[in-house]
Amino acid sequence: MAELLQLDEAVRELVHDGDRVALEGFTHLIPFAAGHEIARQGRRDLTLIRMTPDLIYDQLIGVGCARKLVFSWGGNPGVGSLHRLRDAVEKDWPVPLELEEHSHAGMANRYAAGAAGLPFAVLRGYVGTDLVKRSETIAPITCPFTGETLTAVPAIGPDIGIVHAQRADRDGNVQLWGIVGVQKEIVLASARSLVTVEEVVDELEPRPGAIVLPTWCVTAVAEAPHGAHPSYAHDYYDRDNGFYQRWDAISRDRDSFRDWMKENVG
Amino acid sequence: MSDYSADEVMTVAAARELSDRTVCFVGIGLPSTAANLARLTHAPRTVLVYESGTIGSKPATLPLSIGDGELAETAAAVVPVPEIFNYWLQGGRIDVGFLGAAQIDRHGNLNSTVIGDYERPKVRLPGGGGAPEIAAMAKEVIVIIRQSQRTFVERIHFRSSVPGSGAMIVITDLGVLRLDRDERELVLTRVHPGVTVDGVRAETGWDLRVADDLEETDPPSEEELRVLRGLKSALAGATA
Repeated sequence: MAELLQLDEAVRELVHDGDRVALEGFTHLIPFAAGHEIARQGRRDLTLIRMTPDLIYDQLIGVGCARKLVFSWGGNPGVGSLHRLRDAVEKDWPVPLELEEHSHAGMANRYAAGAAGLPFAVLRGYVGTDLVKRSETIAPITCPFTGETLTAVPAIGPDIGIVHAQRADRDGNVQLWGIVGVQKEIVLASARSLVTVEEVVDELEPRPGAIVLPTWCVTAVAEAPHGAHPSYAHDYYDRDNGFYQRWDAISRDRDSFRDWMKENVG
Repeated sequence: MSDYSADEVMTVAAARELSDRTVCFVGIGLPSTAANLARLTHAPRTVLVYESGTIGSKPATLPLSIGDGELAETAAAVVPVPEIFNYWLQGGRIDVGFLGAAQIDRHGNLNSTVIGDYERPKVRLPGGGGAPEIAAMAKEVIVIIRQSQRTFVERIHFRSSVPGSGAMIVITDLGVLRLDRDERELVLTRVHPGVTVDGVRAETGWDLRVADDLEETDPPSEEELRVLRGLKSALAGATA
């Protein structure tokens, strides 16, 4: 059974220094409020795992929470670079950042293998690319039935997986819809999980196409209204594309980034 | 109408490569602009697939990201991300993959990862994302990239994606190139209005091959420019 907790106590209980942490949400339902709580509590030496680091990891990297990043596309969608990520990789600021780089297909399959309890996933991927040379987590494998050479990637099993969702009931059953990304996979692949929700309701009305994560596969649920902003929660509020564009200027400079974090995150 | 920019003729030329009813896997930025332009002009039944899992999206305005809410709201289906890559892309259901890149070499290899050394890059770029598998699995790949000595290079700094067995077309702000499968080399097949072969060669970092039957791109029509400008101003207005 999932515990209903306040966001600050959930992060205190579930996220520890040195953890392998995945905050997921493919453009949609990114758990910004939880990420900001991790920053406020000053976690250090985290391995941050996420297909698209997005602004949330730009912020966590910029305040020095991360030691390593496992990812597949590290940009500001439709805008340009993630400047804090770039500063960490290019100039070791504020601390050096180790990279483990994959493709989207590889990351998605690594999560799916984690959810399925398998040690690795198989795909036709990465062939001919330099990603193979740069990663110890991409290896060729021969199909035992056809002899075809395929690519194996190890499962990802984070210590803690965090996602945002539209709502949960008081028993901790979670419901989410719209672009569902890898939300289910990361919750099932992680040793512990935290789901932040727009609202806790008495009863989850069934919705076509929605995913339900049963309470017994979630560690904790915390209410965090507007907790995905500037990402979005389908049927609650839209993606704040203007903020994604403004982030480019805010994050370009170390001081203006720090000022913004101090003022808006604390 | 004769007044249009090099970027506009590039986007229009890219849109024209997309025929109706094709299933197109779309990257964000220029590819998404071109694919939506095609859908709103000559190819209304083109199926746009975004890596966020939206299949058959019909956005009225250009999305800023590959996962804007409108892409899901207007989609025929929304599927999980592992599924979009495994069942739909790897499963061989994508006709055209539409990609951008920071660098390209004469073989059609693309770099979207780093400028400089991987360990200590001069510029850390976003990375491959969906491109490694899109380039390998789509039946045809269309690349949109502005052409210069910085982007058309003899040696790319990182191979983020390499062509698979399908066809490859590269659309630039100067012309159109096709990958010759036998020679594994890009060949200039078309120049945009007002562009010379010497002009293209000057912006190419290798000794460029030119087709014997070189063609010239038809200028953008008023309709194409009107729809393209409408898409771009709606995006700018929505994010102002």
